[in-house]
Amino acid sequence: MEEKPKDVDLIIPMIPEMELTATKTAEAVGEFMKLDQDKIEEIKMALIEACINAFEHSKSEDGRVGISFDIGTEELTIQITDRGKGFDMGQAREKLEKRRESGESRRGWGLTIMQELMDDVKVESGETGTCITMTKRR
Amino acid sequence: MADFELNVRQVEGAGVLDVEGYINAVGGDEIASACYKLIDEGILHFVVNLEKCKIVNSMGVSCLIEVIEKVKELKGKVGFCCVTPTMAKTFKIMGLLQASTIFDTEAEALQG
Repeated sequence: MEEKPKDVDLIIPMIPEMELTATKTAEAVGEFMKLDQDKIEEIKMALIEACINAFEHSKSEDGRVGISFDIGTEELTIQITDRGKGFDMGQAREKLEKRRESGESRRGWGLTIMQELMDDVKVESGETGTCITMTKRR
Repeated sequence: MADFELNVRQVEGAGVLDVEGYINAVGGDEIASACYKLIDEGILHFVVNLEKCKIVNSMGVSCLIEVIEKVKELKGKVGFCCVTPTMAKTFKIMGLLQASTIFDTEAEALQG
């Protein structure tokens, strides 16, 4: 018998604070999976940062971010996708290092936070947009 | 706009900020403004009570870091209490804890 799909898909507009809509869905999915509350909070935090990055940097003409929650047996995988202009990871890292060296610490923490709070983070970016895939294991 | 409320009290010579809601850049700026106002009144010990705050973002935390650095310059101190494990982790990642301390309770933060 074919297994039923267990993914939840959401599209949010790039409006300030709309990232909280995504976190509410993340909370619901996490509870459905019976994840520890601490893990759910970490997922929410990482998701906020991923959304904000898309809002601020993507320059997407359609003004939308797609979020897909793939419910696995042992992990939750979330993909955050935009159809913006993409970015070069190497250049982004250089820019960040220069900022930190000059003492400007206000910006540029999103990816670091995602990497520290999630078990795995992958970034794919090109001319047609960016896709961040994050995984949290039980 | 996301719910955000800030209540400011003075307790034992310290400024206590009760934060409720989402600390984003707007909330962070509001906390910062409240602190700077208290600094003008001579307060240099701050306790940020996050019992009713369960969610932040990195921009909001950056605002807090700026305030902490200012208070530290003035030889003051900033403590946080009732912080969720994830927020504590985020604070640590961003270096906020290099110049401030997390306490379990407001009472401990006031003594710290």
